[in-house]
Amino acid sequence: MDFALLPNLVTFFPLVGVLILFFIKAENKVLIRWVSLLTALATFGISLVLLQQFDANNPALQMVTNLPWINVADWNISYYIGVDGLSILLILLTTFLTPIALLSTWSAIEEREKDFNIFFLMLEVGMLGVFMAQDLFLFYVFWEFTLVPMYFLIGIWGGPQRIYASIKFFLYTMAGSLLMLLAILWLGINQGTFAVPDLIALGGIPAGIQTWLFLAFAIAFAIKVPMWPLHSWLPDAHVQAPTAGSVILAGVLLKMGTYGFVRFNLPLFPEAAVKFAPMMATLAVIGIIYGAIVSYYQKDIKKLVAYSSISHLGFVMLGLFALNSQGIQGGILQMINHGLSTGALFLLVGMIYEQTHTRDFEVYGGLWKIMPVYGTVMLIVTLSSMGLPGLNGFVGEFTILLGAWGAGMPGEVLGSYWYAGLSAIGVILAAIYMLYMYQKIFLGPEGSIVESLKAKGHPLRDLSVREIITIVPLLVFIFWIGLYPKPFFALIAPTVDNLVKVLQAAMMH
Amino acid sequence: MNFSEAANTGYFFGLVPLLVFLPLTGMLINMIFGGKMSEKAVGTVASVASGLAFVVAVLLAYSLSATHGHMQTVHFAEWIHIGDLKLDWTFRVDTLSSVMMLVVSGVGTLIHIYAIGYMHEDVRFKDDIKRFRRFFVFLNLFIAMMMILVSGDSYLMLFVGWEGVGLCSFLLIGFWYDFDTLGQKSTANAEAGKKAFIANRVGDFGFLLAIFTTFWHFGSLQFDKVFEAASAHPDPVVISAITLFMLIGVTGKSAQVPLYVWLPDAMAGPTPVSALIHAATMVTAGVYLVVRSAPLYSLVHGASYIVAMIGAVTALFAATIAVGQYDIKKVLAYSTISQLGFMVAAVGMGAYVAGIFHLATHAFFKALLFLSAGSIILGMERGHHAHAHHDEDHGDGHAHVEHHEEEVFDPGDMRNMGNLRKRMPVTFWLYMAGTLALAGLPPFAGFWSKDEILLDAKLHAEHFPGVYLLLSIAAFMTAFYMGRQIWMVFFGKERTEVAEHAQESPPVMTVPLMILAVLAVFGGALNLPFEGFHNLGHWLEYTIGHVEGLPLDLGVAGISTVLALLAIFFSWLLYGKNPLKAGQADPLKKPLGFLFTGMENKWFVDEGYKAVIIDPFVKLAKFLSINLDWNFWHDWFHESVIYAGFKGLARFLSEPIDMGIINAIADKLAEMTKRSSEGLSRLQNGFVRSYALSVLLGVVAILGYLLFK
Repeated sequence: MDFALLPNLVTFFPLVGVLILFFIKAENKVLIRWVSLLTALATFGISLVLLQQFDANNPALQMVTNLPWINVADWNISYYIGVDGLSILLILLTTFLTPIALLSTWSAIEEREKDFNIFFLMLEVGMLGVFMAQDLFLFYVFWEFTLVPMYFLIGIWGGPQRIYASIKFFLYTMAGSLLMLLAILWLGINQGTFAVPDLIALGGIPAGIQTWLFLAFAIAFAIKVPMWPLHSWLPDAHVQAPTAGSVILAGVLLKMGTYGFVRFNLPLFPEAAVKFAPMMATLAVIGIIYGAIVSYYQKDIKKLVAYSSISHLGFVMLGLFALNSQGIQGGILQMINHGLSTGALFLLVGMIYEQTHTRDFEVYGGLWKIMPVYGTVMLIVTLSSMGLPGLNGFVGEFTILLGAWGAGMPGEVLGSYWYAGLSAIGVILAAIYMLYMYQKIFLGPEGSIVESLKAKGHPLRDLSVREIITIVPLLVFIFWIGLYPKPFFALIAPTVDNLVKVLQAAMMH
Repeated sequence: MNFSEAANTGYFFGLVPLLVFLPLTGMLINMIFGGKMSEKAVGTVASVASGLAFVVAVLLAYSLSATHGHMQTVHFAEWIHIGDLKLDWTFRVDTLSSVMMLVVSGVGTLIHIYAIGYMHEDVRFKDDIKRFRRFFVFLNLFIAMMMILVSGDSYLMLFVGWEGVGLCSFLLIGFWYDFDTLGQKSTANAEAGKKAFIANRVGDFGFLLAIFTTFWHFGSLQFDKVFEAASAHPDPVVISAITLFMLIGVTGKSAQVPLYVWLPDAMAGPTPVSALIHAATMVTAGVYLVVRSAPLYSLVHGASYIVAMIGAVTALFAATIAVGQYDIKKVLAYSTISQLGFMVAAVGMGAYVAGIFHLATHAFFKALLFLSAGSIILGMERGHHAHAHHDEDHGDGHAHVEHHEEEVFDPGDMRNMGNLRKRMPVTFWLYMAGTLALAGLPPFAGFWSKDEILLDAKLHAEHFPGVYLLLSIAAFMTAFYMGRQIWMVFFGKERTEVAEHAQESPPVMTVPLMILAVLAVFGGALNLPFEGFHNLGHWLEYTIGHVEGLPLDLGVAGISTVLALLAIFFSWLLYGKNPLKAGQADPLKKPLGFLFTGMENKWFVDEGYKAVIIDPFVKLAKFLSINLDWNFWHDWFHESVIYAGFKGLARFLSEPIDMGIINAIADKLAEMTKRSSEGLSRLQNGFVRSYALSVLLGVVAILGYLLFK
């Protein structure tokens, strides 16, 4: 078997499910659920084969498919996909989170399940394509493609203000990516290729032009991350999206932004990356502090988690723009960590919402006593999100901050300890808003919702078996990465080391 | 050495991971099967798990002494390896960590046993029997985390335990998270737990910066490598930065000025927790950290002096507050802060042996005091309930039940006690042993360890001016507030009916206390100031280098003994000769005036923090989230400026063509989607269409330009 086919298979396998779903009657809900869940699980299975075939010691692209695609007017656009250390973990995160998110919809989505599942699997194709694509044009196609299903997922199955939120989500990403499209076209036409590895090998983009190209890409990605101050779409999208949508949005879609930086901005425009590192790090630090403080004053659970993402992704950005191996490896791992813990948080918030139909903190309180399993699981996820040592969040945050501190030494790229020093305050603030959230829901005397649900004849129940099955895989990785992250770092290290060499050369200039 | 090598040395070093895994096993057993187990079984599993860890600690100590105190490391697994950063799960057994292991697991096990009795009653008074198991789950987790803290071979592994014990502290302070300390429904206990976690995180922030600086300057976080690199390049700026950053961590974990404020509130936790975590073990982690980092601190005198002064100031400051408290546990809490101040002052001055010596004796007598205080509180609770039932039996039960529910009785308030030595004689004698040790009277354990600190302060007065004086005054006040407590609790007349009905505690609680009492009386033997008796000093020498065994200084010992006796005499004059009557104000209130008001109110530090830090933070959070982020940025800028502006532009651009070709296509599309989705039609507000059109136009224009330029 030619393993080069594997990335193609992983990317497009969800379409098999979509195809089957087309022929199933919309009323046959159970079958629809199982077909899409099994499709997603099979995709995950195939991605595990991909992982098994992946050579962690090889920093280059692997299992490459490179076919000419569009050859109009000397544009060498190709269908070029492959896997390397920058993308392998994100691919696995996508295939891992999708079945979990789908499983969570079994009780949450009751209308038009067929359409929902079709959109969801199509979204998976788009996300996987983004992480696989090695041709700028192909990347752009996948990038834009993810917008469409997500737009409908929010717009049809979302909360009361879903229309507004979905349009905003669409517009913001779209607006950013237009500039990126310009930059892509400039690169492809002037350098004669759209293939990223070829572009990196070619190099030779004048520093002045690098600046503009860097910025064009950066704006598109910064909106997606989102970096402060371009975050305004995020609370709307998260609050309105259905649970599964939020899980994928926070878990994977935002990572497309951070991934874009590390896949394109750093290797394609290394001189510009060095030049802009202090600026990007400044925005990251502001995001960390700002997101954390704003989180603390939220009255809606989902909104709190949404703002906390701004803070957490600030850490990722800080790590990436430390431009050293600790920072970048930590940044990439933290993308995964954030996907796991924030994904889990949204799942858990969704689970309680299904019972209470409110996300207002004020009515909650004392749930740990009534829902001990739920309380314990939420505690672990909360602590993971706070970066408690021994859980995944710490490994990422620590390496990022360590890297940023090193980049802050005199003569290094950031040149000031303030970046890491201020960001470390984010660690204190995270404890403040996460514990605030935990206390409001689980500690203290029983909140008013307990009595009012009892009165309605639907007293709160602890997690069901299905819910536990949904959440346990996430917990496994939360502990695994926290205690023994070696296999995860091993996957990304060689590619990152190569990237760091490129960046160090740029620093010498 | 790696794991298998360690196993082959013929000694027990290979067992060191069990220090962590035994308590974890106990925790998991109780977590998974505890629901179906009896209380006794749950408590036994947890106690055995902790007890076996103690056995391992003893075996390790034996192995060390058999190999002449030679330090051993046992590599367990790789952790984080990136570039030069090489962090592993590696355990370290040396004489310093060995002392900590013994104290933690030894005192820990006694407290586990005591807690079986204590929690049995506590969950019944709180009417939540199911929560019994959770307590032991947390307690085992704490022992495991503490073991990681003391047995890690690098700063980062220490940090893992450091934050881990902080988590357990949070969970156990807020154990009764739906009550306040008086047993009323409230968020107060939960708040206290949160406060502890956050104050500790502030400290951890400093610790993290210390770790970063250490790594980038010395290239490692592994203790020996750091010390080696530091002594090779003793850059005073770098080392001062590291040690002072670390000091922030110390003030958080070991409750020193200015971060001590969480510890008094931590008394919201059940009493075994106060004894184990907030007196004997966790809070001493800061002291351990300084001793562990001795090779760094010894290189920078300025930073060391700051450490010593922080300790000395804390010792005195907290002692003044203890004098003005009425809650039996609050007195002990401030006393703990004060005693931790003694230890920090000692290790700041480089008196590492004295610091660790006091750490050990304090663990004995303060655990004893807290647990005895727990026995008193439960005794009062029993009296309270017996009293209430007594009334029910003899009168209109219904009316009294209501009355009982409304009445808020504080079983920990010393003003409600009096003459308890009659009702609880065993507890009384145990408490006396602890008190005399804490007051520092010979020959009790506290005398020897505190005296060694005072002697060191006297001898080093030239380099550390002021420390001796501050500590001496603090020592005087220590004896005074303990005397005050004894007279108020055990002597005089019962000031409430409840105190008249107080009942003694069962043996499961008192027997562990007797063991601790023996240690509180004779624990000084660890390091007597006589030639040939500096056992602890010699033991620690293997790790921290040569230690001069100080002889007994009759001057220092004499002064401190006289001071202690004087203080106890004064306390008798004020509280013993004329016992406090029910409702009477504290006799110190009149003579001291506003000073006593300050002591009573903890010098208003909490209020100050609220005004200076907490309130402004909340205001800032409100301003940022409501005004700036939402009203201005989200609503006004994005809605009114960007959205409206864009909409206008898009309309302007698209209207002419929109009416023509595109409209037809869009309608067609709308029709198609309408069939598959009704919701979609709601999106057809014309706006998306215009937008899509403008995007298309833009792309076409750009492509056109690029193609034909």
